[in-house]
Amino acid sequence: MIDWSELFQQIVAGLAAGGVYAILALALVLIHRATGVINFAQGEMAMFSCYIAWSLINTYDLTYWLAFALTLAISFAGGAGIYGVVIKPLSRAGEITVVIATIALLVIINGLAGWIWTPEIKFIESPFPPGTFTVGDVVISKQDLWVFGVSMICVSVVFAIFRFTRTGLMMRAAAIRPSTSRLLGIRVAFMLAVGWGLAAALGAVAGLMAVPSLGLEPSFMLTIIVYAFAAAVLGGLDSPAGAVLAAYILGVGISLLSTYVDFVAESQEFKLPIAFGVLLLVLLIKPTGLFGRTVARRV
Amino acid sequence: MTPLLELRDVEARYGGVRALHGISLTVEDGDSVAILGANGAGKTTTLRAISGTVRHSGEILFRGKPIGSKSPEAVARLGIAHVPEGREIYGELTVWENLLIGANHRRDWRQAKKDCENVAGYFPRIAGRRDQQAGTLSGGEQQMLALARALVARPKLLLLDEPSLGLAPTIVSAFYELVQSLTDELGLTVLVVEQNANVALKATKRTYVLEVGRVTMEGASEDLRRDERIRKSYLG
Amino acid sequence: MKEVLRSHLASGICLAISIAVLAVLPSFMGFFETRNMAQVGMYFIAIVGLNIVTGYSGQISLGQGAFMGVGAYTTGYLASQHGVGVWWTVPVAGAVAGAAGLLFGIPALRLHGPYLALATFALAVCFVELARSDRFAEVTGGSQGVFFGLPTAPYYQTWGIALGLLLLAWFVLSGKFGRSLRAVRDAELAAVSSGLNPAVFKTAAFGIAAAYAGVAGALLAIQLGSVSALAFLPALSITLLVGTALGGFGLLFGTIVGALFIVYAPLRAEDVSQQAPSVMYGLFLLAVLFLMPGGAAQLILRLRALLGKATKQVYSRPTEGEGD
Repeated sequence: MIDWSELFQQIVAGLAAGGVYAILALALVLIHRATGVINFAQGEMAMFSCYIAWSLINTYDLTYWLAFALTLAISFAGGAGIYGVVIKPLSRAGEITVVIATIALLVIINGLAGWIWTPEIKFIESPFPPGTFTVGDVVISKQDLWVFGVSMICVSVVFAIFRFTRTGLMMRAAAIRPSTSRLLGIRVAFMLAVGWGLAAALGAVAGLMAVPSLGLEPSFMLTIIVYAFAAAVLGGLDSPAGAVLAAYILGVGISLLSTYVDFVAESQEFKLPIAFGVLLLVLLIKPTGLFGRTVARRV
Repeated sequence: MTPLLELRDVEARYGGVRALHGISLTVEDGDSVAILGANGAGKTTTLRAISGTVRHSGEILFRGKPIGSKSPEAVARLGIAHVPEGREIYGELTVWENLLIGANHRRDWRQAKKDCENVAGYFPRIAGRRDQQAGTLSGGEQQMLALARALVARPKLLLLDEPSLGLAPTIVSAFYELVQSLTDELGLTVLVVEQNANVALKATKRTYVLEVGRVTMEGASEDLRRDERIRKSYLG
Repeated sequence: MKEVLRSHLASGICLAISIAVLAVLPSFMGFFETRNMAQVGMYFIAIVGLNIVTGYSGQISLGQGAFMGVGAYTTGYLASQHGVGVWWTVPVAGAVAGAAGLLFGIPALRLHGPYLALATFALAVCFVELARSDRFAEVTGGSQGVFFGLPTAPYYQTWGIALGLLLLAWFVLSGKFGRSLRAVRDAELAAVSSGLNPAVFKTAAFGIAAAYAGVAGALLAIQLGSVSALAFLPALSITLLVGTALGGFGLLFGTIVGALFIVYAPLRAEDVSQQAPSVMYGLFLLAVLFLMPGGAAQLILRLRALLGKATKQVYSRPTEGEGD
């Protein structure tokens, strides 16, 4: 007999985790579409944003939501700044150089956080009400639902921006054909900076959603970014919708795997490699990701 | 009167090879000018120098002011619309979205949107296809779209780079008829680069001939059509 | 023709100088420094391998560290369980890792770019857990790892092997194999139409790269006298990629720069800033990227060009359309 209560609980938990991956995966896809690279530092940038929020709450005594809003703004500026100072100048040297630069940023930001705030674990309380609510036999965590909800809001907002706003259209144009866009008068560099800023802000939200359950310390985003990367690639890097969907599937999949597959449940450290094992299988069957288009490659 | 566009001794190079050896030309307000030449003569490079997409030396003046050191976006925002070789439309976006992108730097966005609708009206072939993916249009339709996209920016100077490339003769004539009527109606100035001398000489008032990066002939298109050398080399 | 000879001569002279320097270096260094330089040699081997698969063959691999691990565990297993002399295990480690590489290279044919990067990264992640797991403790020693000897400083052996493998790579890559590899990398369709089978070359590249990594891993195990999965974390694969990029893809002689950076940058970073060594390391990396974006290889290419009094031939000719 299936324990429905447990099943739903785990699914919702998976959706919450998946929500965090989804927001980050979206950020990764955003940057990949705009500048053609995987930003390895996305997770660390999110972590740094969380530390900023922590400082605003604890050192400057701001309320959670005020700190949240301010953190988003600062993250946006930070992301755009990183683009302008590090990424743009190196773009001329080729993609691999930029990717290595993001790796350098990962290391720098991680070290910086540990140095400024010390590696001791810190806490940011969740803004959402604790506890559970019951539907019949099923008991669901409120926190999980809220996190899932926030992730859906983020995703919708981003989609709306790109679909319905003028700036969103210009950003898409700048990403698809940068030189033609310049010819048409679009300030492409500016658009890309906005893209990086948006991605950084998204990362901040993801981090803040993940922090209450994991605790804040410099490396807490490392596994999450790996899952987000997996989701982004699995979903097909040119499909934001695909990345988001893949992230939720991944989240739920891992949650169910940890609960129901015996040897995973016994040794939690198998979570990551099992997830990657499945990933490998998926890629071997569908080389451009679950929802990626098999674009004819320029040979 | 100051010419709308003036090039003085413009040189340009790709890597170690010089493509332009000192080009000088003028385009008056309301003019329609063609640049003819064989492959490799430097025609596209000339347009690229004007729109700021290739490094060059020498002076380029627009409305009497130098624009040589400006970025492509800045040049576009001054009112110079460059329709590049190969059209370069956004294949995965819709026709409507392509048009809107053309109007990106217009301050009056509501009016710009109206212009997009009106301009589409001049291009019957694409007017009814607002929501169609631009990449699914035919070559000729894409050329029309590229032109429409350039026009919604309300440019003062239109640079056309080999618009006839890869298009059937009937479509080319239709295209140039459209260009002529639009330039008259909208008061545009046109500078078109063509390998197809026939069509270019018919559609423009003045022509420059480029050979290996130098201006070798210039004059009224009518006169050049009757010129012996031109007939032999380009109108064969 | 003279140009080619001149550049080969220049390379030969550089090689001779490097060998001379490496030969006398230990006389000036203590035990620890010698071990560091031996480690440089091991990473050098791994990076040459990575360069073959990523630079020459265009297949990005974030799994080189895992193949090093395979080689290391092979050495550990043979040395501890079967009492095989450590130096005999080195070619075996290379062969085992190479076979693993070939095996992985076959399914990897279908993947490109970030997808291949992810798949190889998955490999790196899975390797650590599989190696650490107690299920395979017979071979891997589980979470304890394998001990088979005392730590050593195999400086001359490492560099001797490194030199041999470098020459082998250079020889293989300058010939038909190398040209075919690059043809497949740059224009697969064209390569196919001229009769090449890309699958063979790409898989072979993976196998060769893995074999090189296996040798490097074996040497590392010999230096440590033990094998632990923790020495072969996914971060190692990323570090190796960084080293390869710094050396410049597609050119062998820059790899020494990459290997030196991987070993010494973290150490120097610690010297400069005890509190935030990783920040320093990252800044070093960024500095190198800004100053030498094409990696050391680009610098070397430029130097060679200057030495060989390059003509306009060195710069790309404008293609059909560009000259207009």
